[in-house]
Amino acid sequence: MRAVDALMECLKAEGVDVVFGLPGGANLPTYDAFYDAGIRHILVRHEAGGGHAAEGYAKATGRVGVSLATSGPGATNLITPITDAMMDSVPVVFITGQVRTELLGTDGFQEADTIGITMPVVKHSFMIQHPLELPRTIHEAFHLARTGRPGPVVVDIPQDLSRADIPYEPVDDIHLPGYQPTTEGNQKQIKLAAKALANSRRPVIYAGGGVVSANAAGELTELATADRFPVTCTVMGLGAFPGTHEQWLGMLGMHGTRTANYAMDEADLIVAIGARFDDRITGKLSEFAPRAKFIHIDIDPAEISKNVPAHIPIVGDAKNILPRLTAEYRALEADPARLEEWWTRVHKWQERHPLTYTDSTDSEIKPQYMIEALYEATRGDAIVVSDVGQHQMWTAQRYHFARPRRWINSGGLGTMGFGLPAAMGAQVGCPDDTVVCVAGDGSVQMNMQELATCAEEKIPIKVFIMNNGYLGMVRQWQELFWDKRYSQVEMGQYPDFVKLADAYGATGLRLTDKTTLVADMRDALALEGPVLVDVRVTREENTYPMIAPGQAARDMVG
Amino acid sequence: MGEPGTKEILSLDQLEAVSGLRTGRKHILSILVENKPGVLTRIAGLFARRGFNIDTLAVGPTDDDTVSRITLTLDGAVHPIDQVTKQLHKLVNVLKIRDLEPGETLARELALFKVSADGSSRAEVMQICEIFRAKVVDVTKRSVVVEVTGTCDKVDAFEALVRPFGLIEMARTGEIAISRGRSET
Repeated sequence: MRAVDALMECLKAEGVDVVFGLPGGANLPTYDAFYDAGIRHILVRHEAGGGHAAEGYAKATGRVGVSLATSGPGATNLITPITDAMMDSVPVVFITGQVRTELLGTDGFQEADTIGITMPVVKHSFMIQHPLELPRTIHEAFHLARTGRPGPVVVDIPQDLSRADIPYEPVDDIHLPGYQPTTEGNQKQIKLAAKALANSRRPVIYAGGGVVSANAAGELTELATADRFPVTCTVMGLGAFPGTHEQWLGMLGMHGTRTANYAMDEADLIVAIGARFDDRITGKLSEFAPRAKFIHIDIDPAEISKNVPAHIPIVGDAKNILPRLTAEYRALEADPARLEEWWTRVHKWQERHPLTYTDSTDSEIKPQYMIEALYEATRGDAIVVSDVGQHQMWTAQRYHFARPRRWINSGGLGTMGFGLPAAMGAQVGCPDDTVVCVAGDGSVQMNMQELATCAEEKIPIKVFIMNNGYLGMVRQWQELFWDKRYSQVEMGQYPDFVKLADAYGATGLRLTDKTTLVADMRDALALEGPVLVDVRVTREENTYPMIAPGQAARDMVG
Repeated sequence: MGEPGTKEILSLDQLEAVSGLRTGRKHILSILVENKPGVLTRIAGLFARRGFNIDTLAVGPTDDDTVSRITLTLDGAVHPIDQVTKQLHKLVNVLKIRDLEPGETLARELALFKVSADGSSRAEVMQICEIFRAKVVDVTKRSVVVEVTGTCDKVDAFEALVRPFGLIEMARTGEIAISRGRSET
């Protein structure tokens, strides 16, 4: 059979039920194979839309996303989603077409050095050099994408090789001698960690996206409740611990709660699980958590002691390590009363520094209230996909995620334009769930074209635009740090989102009244098909609290 | 001290951190990689984007034709060597990394020096060559080309000695290295 037909067999063998892509000259053979392969293919309107959709699909379902593009500009349009998947450790296989082998290196039509360009931003990449390599390479790509620390894998297929006739047999062995991720944590280290926990008087559990990737939310809750350990999560880990739980401190970091940041600052022991001490969390590194020792549990050994020196490193899969740690801890029978003083302090912070904002006295919708209304209208149970900016931070702060894989956002790269296509991908992966996208008026336009895809493919996402007419986060920084010199942040009045929605085959709504907001949102959520809701909010509001750049976490403002 | 095997509590004060190590000395990394297109680029690219500076790099085949050996040296005073090796391990095509201990390692480099040498100075230059067991591989009325092999220090010393005569140009390979004794590097 043709190599591309073998590709279809390999995708099926990997359990792929949907791919996102856009055809072109270099991948015409691939698309001919898709014609009657029986795999759902969603035709997008921009390859980046397809790439982010594959990310949203992977984040929502835990499965490997698949994104296709042709050579040259098709592949280069995938650079942003590939980089985004790299930064947030999302399992996606990107399959790109490439020019015929005899044209390689000749500046051929639609030729680009896809492997060269994406090398720094992939977990791994393959250029097919011989058609017989294709089946094994596809399986290796999926294996790399989903195991260890998940990440993007690019497979570049020259057009002539893709048409070649090859004998195909199902591949059940892969050959990656240099790839051996550690999944099982070292028992000695786990015992050490348990003892340190038993002796700590001011512990904090700091959980990140790795807990979600490991599907270890249940195990995290078991550990946290083995004693009354305070828990905080990064923006990538929200939902790994229930946001309504009594032991929840709120998100930490640049726009995290004061309670969470103060707790980290005064902790004597920080248990980092699937998190990497990113600069948004630490603020000024030299002043970060000065009193704490660190237990660092991560599947990627390179993260351990990269930014913050680990006292007890444990390399492995959180799903494997956490239950063993919990068991070791329980066996020590530590006295829970030793944490009472710490909780008294934490409760004081929670009382003194709740998340606040000044609500409007009339019908004006404050952006913070918009999120609270959304939480109520969805009963806190939708899959919420966010774009990037102030709206993202407000949603992370005010939507109390109860379970993992309900909150999807672009954290590491912070890609504007991620939200709408990622919501599309999440909805495709979870057709029975309500999928809501929260976006800003700036970010929503960056991949707006996918609204047409949603209309054609009947993907009923509900997009709520927090419309303040600004590039809000940039405006905030210009206000706070650049003397209010608002340089190039006014978005203006266009487009009319309601008219635009209609043109794209979606339902458009405009909401301006705070007093009916929850009910209006409920109505929007009940509509069939994709919906675009233009929510007019206060023009200038700042996301608080904030660790200003270069400052210590304890010196939050706002 | 709270040994892992006992129920004794572990005082947090006794915990020592494992931080990014800057050793202050030169490191020779011997890296076995799959012999596939682009592997050298992946390694060089990794170093570039992580800000690790490669001092010298030599790459060549091993007895297994699917495996190549890359020998590179970097300055441990500037870069945290454990981060360097950990990041290298993440590359799928990297099979094995050895940070070679200076005492247990044989390191050699080859260099070619083109030195100004006319009738009056040629004898002196050749005397230096003899002392260093270097070979003259080219000679003209006004120049010689000398081939030197040896440790990095030996090559440095030779260079220092011939410079005063007029060093027209030179080319060095960078070190390759292998462990002493019978076991594999």
